[in-house]
Amino acid sequence: MTITDNAPAPAVLDDAARPRHDLLRLATAGSVDDGKSTLVGRLLYDTKSVLADQLDAVERVSRDRGLEAADLALLTDGLRAEREQGITIDVAYRYFSTATRSYVLADTPGHVQYTRNMVTGASTAELALILVDARHGVVEQTRRHLAVTGLLGVRHVALAVNKMDLVDWDETAFKAIVVEFEELAARFGIEDVVAVPVSALLGDNIVDRSERATWYSGPTLLEHLEAVPVGTSPDTQALRLPVQYVVRPRTPEHPDYRGYAGRLASGVVRPGDEVVVLPSGGRTTVVGIDRAGADGDVQQLDVAFAPQSVVLRLADDLDVSRGDLIAAADAPGLLTRSLNGTVAVLSDRPLRQRDRVLLRVGTRTVRALVDDIVDQLDIASMQQQPAPEGLGLNAIGRVRLRLAEDVAIDDYRELRRTGSFLLIDESDGSTLAAGMAEAPDRSAGEGI
Amino acid sequence: MSTTTLTDGRAAEQALPAQYTLDHLDHLESEAVHIFREVAGEFERPVILFSGGKDSVVMLHLALKAFAPAPLPFSLLHVDTGHNFPEVLAYRDAIVERLGVRLVVAKVQDYIDDGRLRERPDGTRNPLQTVPLLDAIEEHRFDAVFGGGRRDEEKARAKERVFSLRDAFGAWDPRRQRPELWDLYNGKHAPGEHVRVFPLSNWTELDVWRYIEREGILLPEIYYAHEREVFARDGMWLTAGEWGGPRAGEQSQSRLVRYRTVGDMSCTGAVDSDAADVASVIREVGASRLTERGATRADDRLSEAAMEDRKRQGYF
Repeated sequence: MTITDNAPAPAVLDDAARPRHDLLRLATAGSVDDGKSTLVGRLLYDTKSVLADQLDAVERVSRDRGLEAADLALLTDGLRAEREQGITIDVAYRYFSTATRSYVLADTPGHVQYTRNMVTGASTAELALILVDARHGVVEQTRRHLAVTGLLGVRHVALAVNKMDLVDWDETAFKAIVVEFEELAARFGIEDVVAVPVSALLGDNIVDRSERATWYSGPTLLEHLEAVPVGTSPDTQALRLPVQYVVRPRTPEHPDYRGYAGRLASGVVRPGDEVVVLPSGGRTTVVGIDRAGADGDVQQLDVAFAPQSVVLRLADDLDVSRGDLIAAADAPGLLTRSLNGTVAVLSDRPLRQRDRVLLRVGTRTVRALVDDIVDQLDIASMQQQPAPEGLGLNAIGRVRLRLAEDVAIDDYRELRRTGSFLLIDESDGSTLAAGMAEAPDRSAGEGI
Repeated sequence: MSTTTLTDGRAAEQALPAQYTLDHLDHLESEAVHIFREVAGEFERPVILFSGGKDSVVMLHLALKAFAPAPLPFSLLHVDTGHNFPEVLAYRDAIVERLGVRLVVAKVQDYIDDGRLRERPDGTRNPLQTVPLLDAIEEHRFDAVFGGGRRDEEKARAKERVFSLRDAFGAWDPRRQRPELWDLYNGKHAPGEHVRVFPLSNWTELDVWRYIEREGILLPEIYYAHEREVFARDGMWLTAGEWGGPRAGEQSQSRLVRYRTVGDMSCTGAVDSDAADVASVIREVGASRLTERGATRADDRLSEAAMEDRKRQGYF
């Protein structure tokens, strides 16, 4: 039962009629003073996502500060603490939409000490929008942004070379920056880079085409965002469904119903598919895929794919509960008690060898021991260095973990959702580090 | 708006097959359902804040869908300012009865009657909700509290997490919030602390209305255009009523209006509108030049940091 009226529920759309208004998640990154807030403000303003009362407030504050024109950067200032210090201290989320797409933009600050925020923003992003000041070119911050982007597996990068008006729209300067940037991006495994010369302040090539960059024939920034392909086709990846919750109504209408609720992390599932439940290893067959319709009644689906949330019913009466993973029987990944991965430290508490922590992967939480801090990545030199003191806040490095129980995990490069993990402080519950698993160590794991 | 496509051809090659393309509302629904199930799996006593406002109604609808065909595994909590629109209270009670769910009501009026809270000079009761809310959370030992807050609503909310950790005083400390990565939500909390959970974080006002239309969700009728006795104060149309209006010098008149948000009657304004159904509301919201809070919430106009300050004190 739901809160809908008694009108018939909307018909389920067939494939051909499925709407194409999709969702793109992107993360921004820029250094201090390269105009990122202005660019985001411009993107919101020129897509008509800023309403009159917000603009009034910005104009009022701009006047109070003695500025001649409205400072669009004020649109994205959030907390009073930030306004007082003139900085951005946290990830903020912005929303805009066009006829083609809805956008969720994670606006992350550029300061050295806030790398953790860029890691956070990039974790869900399919595209990273990186700013470079045309006068300064690629700086150390840019390397850090690219390193994080590559590490987090963000496949698409849009490079906005900003403040082009301050270099008189010099094509040579633009091209030199793009060449250096693309070389760096390639080193981090990023292949898709599209560079756009812009002036966020004047609005050139953000949404509207610049009159001044006559030599530039590529897309404006928004045109690129509208066209970039997003997502990985689910049928190219193996099924993974972390079980969140067991649905057992025990009502007169559904006395024996038992279904496993979860969001497909990857892949496609159809009734009749053979699956394996990890870590127990029990094999069974999917007999039904359920999802509530608008009227609250359960509809049976012929197919479900990532990232849909569904309830699976299985043929055999296995012991399945929260924390288990339902995976394709023919491509289940590995179970392991020893895990190698790259972590980004997000907490003031450093991560040290012999630390006891909790590891969270999918819906499963197990105890873990930091067996070894293998090395630390030095962003400036791009060298792996030893880290005898452990990894401090904002450090990125490789670790080896020993786990108290078997865990099913994938290589992050192949499957982002089931290859990512958190390390959690057992005493106060805080999130210590975000991790990306490397192919599980077969010798230490128990192959299925 | 330009919808020009690129010419490099890569877009066409890599685009998702049509049968695996999710509409953005399906994305948002799947994300919200995932959040509800995470909380059901990780917490002992979750509760949904339910005012009868459109965001809380959409939240309840999503929660019902997340656990179907099982009944809702949560109770509802209404923090009642005492300045309610009668239509909204009637709606709330009808929904509760129809679904057979448990409703806890925390009343601001009780606190004013016994002196624990004092009426503000401006008569607005929205800021007074914080204490009854925190007391209800403590009394019923709720460890997860779902709120309908959206990040598009307001600057301070743009920085809110999906899982927002609150201390024993309900206070929100922006610097203490945990980073949220992928869809791994860390709900660990100490005894006495609780977590506010915002399943609609990534929805916009227009998304909420489009979803209401798609799903055929019923709302209190004051969301649609109707004739009402109103008077002007602070540039908004307020409903005449026992709560304290109109004052001397404020003329009441009958106008065709609707509400964009539903809150305390004393600070929630109506807008002139002839949008009598969902489709007309969607057209109106799409064309509006004002945010819903800017248009209709006196409490958010108080200062540039009004919401930030209230959140720090334990507000939703």
